[in-house]
This record gives sequence, structure tokens and C-alpha cells, in this order.
Amino acid sequence: MIPAPARLSAWDLAAVGLAGLRARRGRAVLSALGVAIGIASMISVLGISAVSSAGLQEQLARVGTNVLTVAPGHSILGGQASLPLESVARVSHVPGVVGATAIAYMNGATARRTNLIDSAVTNGVGVAAARLDLLATLKGTVRSGTFLNAATARYPAVVLGTYAADRFGIDRPGRQIFVAGRWMTVIGILDPLPLAPDLDATALVGWPYAEKELGFDGHPTIVYERSTADRVTTIAKVLAATANPEHPDQVQVSRPSDALTAELAARAAFNGLFLGLGAVALLVGGIGIANVMVISVLERRQEIGLRRSLGATRGQIRLQFVVEAVVLSLCGGVTGTIVGLAASLLFAFAQGWPLALPAQVITLGVTAAVLVGIVSGLYPARRAAALTPTEALATG
Amino acid sequence: MSVIELERASKTYPGGLQALRDVTLTIGQGELVAICGPSGSGKSTMLHLMGTLDRPSEGRVRLLGHDMATLSDRRLSAVRAHWIGFVFQQFFLTPHLTAVDNVATRLLYLGVPARRRAAAAREALERVGLGNRLTHRPHELSGGERQRVAIARALVARPVVLLADEPTGNLDTAAGAGIFDILWKLHEEGTTVVVITHNTDLAEAVPRRVDLLDGRLQ
Ligand SMILES: Nc1ncnc2c1ncn2[C@@H]1O[C@H](COP(=O)(O)OP(=O)(O)OP(=O)(O)O)[C@@H](O)[C@H]1O
Ligand SMILES: [Mg+2]
Repeated sequence: MIPAPARLSAWDLAAVGLAGLRARRGRAVLSALGVAIGIASMISVLGISAVSSAGLQEQLARVGTNVLTVAPGHSILGGQASLPLESVARVSHVPGVVGATAIAYMNGATARRTNLIDSAVTNGVGVAAARLDLLATLKGTVRSGTFLNAATARYPAVVLGTYAADRFGIDRPGRQIFVAGRWMTVIGILDPLPLAPDLDATALVGWPYAEKELGFDGHPTIVYERSTADRVTTIAKVLAATANPEHPDQVQVSRPSDALTAELAARAAFNGLFLGLGAVALLVGGIGIANVMVISVLERRQEIGLRRSLGATRGQIRLQFVVEAVVLSLCGGVTGTIVGLAASLLFAFAQGWPLALPAQVITLGVTAAVLVGIVSGLYPARRAAALTPTEALATG
Repeated sequence: MSVIELERASKTYPGGLQALRDVTLTIGQGELVAICGPSGSGKSTMLHLMGTLDRPSEGRVRLLGHDMATLSDRRLSAVRAHWIGFVFQQFFLTPHLTAVDNVATRLLYLGVPARRRAAAAREALERVGLGNRLTHRPHELSGGERQRVAIARALVARPVVLLADEPTGNLDTAAGAGIFDILWKLHEEGTTVVVITHNTDLAEAVPRRVDLLDGRLQ
């Protein structure tokens, strides 16, 4: 009876592949590094993207998408118009509206750390009068201190947006700063307001105080309204006419959460670019492995010849080299996945965002590595298998 | 029963060099045959045909009565794994593997499970007198010891025939004599052995000698 070739167990194949690599460690590490870099960059892009979109989504969920803002457009005469005195009251009566509030910018007023700083150096921080229900409507929170209340709104008290506070180097209430030509006490610092990012760079003073002391005429600059979710589009249509019945065309209505939604979408596009770069790195890594394997086949002709004389079939030789390439690539892939995940974790930690690492990312890293290994091992393996036993043995 | 039959076998290498011409030869079970001849006379070529490492350009090669020409490359590999034990002048041991692992590699392609491979490898090494060198790596062995590892590797699968191509070519006289003692002992135990040698003493001593000149039997 003519014997039939034996089938190698997966275990034996892996052992043969590993043994081949162990004999050439330095080279194996270097060629695996290429794949590791490619996989690490792809995984970290995906991981960071997952973390940041989860962070944005969380923000969106917290602040809601049911807020609309009404701001004056440009009047026919040019210059910034303001809204009518009664606009807040009118908006709050629209069916479905659960809260309406406003701020008014104090044109020409500056906020400075001290009166010694030149008034031209505003640091980009503006001054606005705020209604008391501003924070509730925007679902904002104070980082430290308190927001304006009925009492403090009548006094020279100021609440700083997060960026303004950072600019002044103030991290807790109590200090005096120089606002609109007088000293005012900082009573609170806000967390970022995702629905009104402009307010992050604003110093907020009380509405009655501004009317009494700063010559404010009581006309709101921006009206914010929050409604039930199902009414948002309906309300958006009538909001301009409601806020400014005489000149509805001079009013701009917008949905601030759209900016966050757009950012989510923009991130996806940006990711595409970086994923592409990662894929290129991976490709280069794969070529590196193919290169090293081709050299390995040249150097190991005698080993190939010996194995053929011991009874290895062409298929088994081919498989041996493919397995070697896959093991090589997999080592790089696992390292890269770990590095990429670590980068994502670090990013989430630094941003204070929730850890949202989809398990598919890990599967993807490992699968990509295996595929790269197979593809880059195929050509060298075919060359190894193509050698006849006598050709292989005759070398050297 | 005949183990190896060459019937009018010829081998022409690409380029037109005829290394073997019209060789007809039968080797029976348990024979010890020495192949002699000057360098380039076709000895290795003939041994490769006997061991199915190469196919004849013309004529037939039969092992245990089976015509090898009808077999696929895959089947020929299996024939080598099961029936043939090769020993080469250059030993061809894997540098980073121990003696046991080098020998055990032979059983990989027979589908022997890993546990049994090591045990069989130790036994084969003991048969060639290397029971005390089991975990040595090739660079820790003398030339003669390396060749004995190679013989153990050929034997471990209990092949039908042992084909040795100048096994003492890289060894000094004493080490070479040790290798021949082993081959002789294997022959006495019933193994079929074909050995290429330039050693005239051995060639005189063996029961059967085949001489080649310019690819022809003398
Ligand atoms: N793969 C090959 N391609 C072309 N010619 C070859 C090949 N292998 C061997 N030859 C030639 O065939 C002839 C016989 O070679 P072979 O190796 O069989 O000789 P040999 O008797 O074993 O010699 P030696 O004692 O030196 O080992 C030589 O002339 C050699 O150059
Ligand atoms: Mg020769």
C-alpha cells in the first residue's frame, strides 16, 4: 500500500512556525514592529473616535436637542439689532415651550482681571446681562460658587464662563475683577455650556443691576427657549414672528445642538483620513514581513530541502511559511492593539469622557494582522514550496 | 522481495548533462550495498532517484514493487516519510534544536503525536549510542556525533531503506569508522542500507558493491 501524507495538527504547525522565528529573533521583532505601528494607529484612531463620539453623545443627551435660540440678524441699516423688550415673554407663551430666557451683551463693556490691564486687552471675554433662569434652560452647571439669584442680580456680582475664568486665572469665587469700569465680585464659575459656547467666554452680570448701573435698555440680544421634543420643528417655524412680530426677517432662529450633531459627523470624516493613514502604515508593515520572509526562504533552502526529504509535502512547506508570516504579523498586531487601546484609554481619561471601546475594535486589530500575515506570507511561501527537494538540498 | 528496482533509469539534467544512463539495478530486503565511483559519476543522482527526491528522465523506479512514476508529488512525499531514511554528508541538522528535537522532526511528517515523538527520538538516539547527548544542540556535538544524530533521525521512522550519501565524507577516519559500525549493525538487524562511499576498505568489506562510471553501471 502506498502511504498517504499525514495531516499536521494546528499545534504542530504553530510550533514549526514559532521555531522558525525564534531562530531569527531580532529580525522577527523588527518586521513585526511595522505591523504593530499600523495596527496601533488604526486602533487608537478608532478607539479615540469611539470615546469622543460617546462623550459628545453623552453631552447631547444631557443638554438635549430641544433648545432653540433667537438672535437678531443684521438690521437693514446695518449694525446689530436687538430684540423687542417683550420677546422673552411672548416666546414663553408659545405652546410647547417649557422655558424661555435671555442674555443681553453690554456693547463696549470689558471685563479685565484688574484695572491696570489695558482696556483694549479683552482676552476675548465679553460682558452680558443674564436672566436668572439662564442656567436652568441651558441645563448648565456651576463648577464652583453659585449662579446669580434675585439678590445678587442687583449687586456688582459676576459669574464667569469656564473659558473666561481660565483666562483670568480664577478657579474659585471671592475675587474682585474689573468689569464695565468698576470692581465686581466673582460669585461663581460655570462648567462649559455646550448649547451656548459663546457664554463660556463671557462674564455674566445681573439683569436688574445692568439696567440700573450700566445703562442697559432691557432689550435682549439672544433668547433661548426649551420646548418639548415633539414641538421643536413647529416652534422653529413661528419663533421669528413671535419674538419680533414687526421684523421677523431680522431674526435668526437656530438650534444650537445642531453644532454638536455636526461635530459628531465631522469627526467621522476626519477619522476616515487617519484610518487611511493607519492602513498605509499597515500595508508597509505587511510589505516588510513579505520582504523578511522572502529573504528567509532564500536562506533556508537547505532546511526546506531537508524537510522535503523527511516527507513534507509542498503544501506543508507552504503552510509552514504562511504560518510563520501570520505568527509574525499577529505578534505585531497584538502589540499594536494593546498600544492603540492604551492610547484610547489615556485619551478618555484625559478628557474625562466615558470609556467606550467597542469589542469589534480588538477583533478588527487581530483580524487585520492575520490577514496581513496571510497575504504577505503567500508569495514567499509559494516560492519555498516551488523548490524541488534536490534543488533545495543542492544549495551551499 | 525487492525493496528498490531501477529499470533502465536515466537522468538528464536541464542543460543536457546526462548524469545517469540506462541503469538497471535491484536491491533486496536487508541488503547492505555500497555505491562507488569517481566524483561526478552519478552516485548522488542515483540515490536521489531511489529515494524519490527526483524522478528519472527515462526508465522506472519501483519501491516495494510500486511504480513511483504514477505517484503525485504529494504521494511521493508520503513515500519518503514512511519508507525512506536519508543521511547526508552535510548532516543537515537544525542548529537551534536539541538532538532529540532534531530526530523528532522526522516524525512530524508521519503524523505521530508530539508526546510519542520525543520518546521515539530518545530511543533512536540510544540505538546510535547517543543516549548521553539527548539535549545537546548540534554545535555542542562532534562531527561524528552529529552524523549519528542524523542517522537516528533517519532510523526513527523505521524506514524500509536507509539511503546514505557519503555519510563519512566530512569525518575523520575514526569517526567514519564509528558511523560504519552503526550502519553495519543496522544491516545485521535487518535494515536495508544503501551507502555511497569513497572508502575502499568499507567498499571491499560490504556484501555487495555497485560501481558507477560516467553514469553507467560497471
Ligand atoms: N541539479 C543539477 N543540474 C545539473 N547538473 C547536475 C545537477 N546535479 C548534478 N549534476 C551533474 O550531474 C553529474 C553527476 O552528479 P552527481 O552529484 O550525481 O555526482 P556524484 O557521483 O554524486 O559526485 P560526488 O562524488 O562528487 O558527489 C555531475 O556532472 C554534476 O555536475
Ligand atoms: Mg554526490
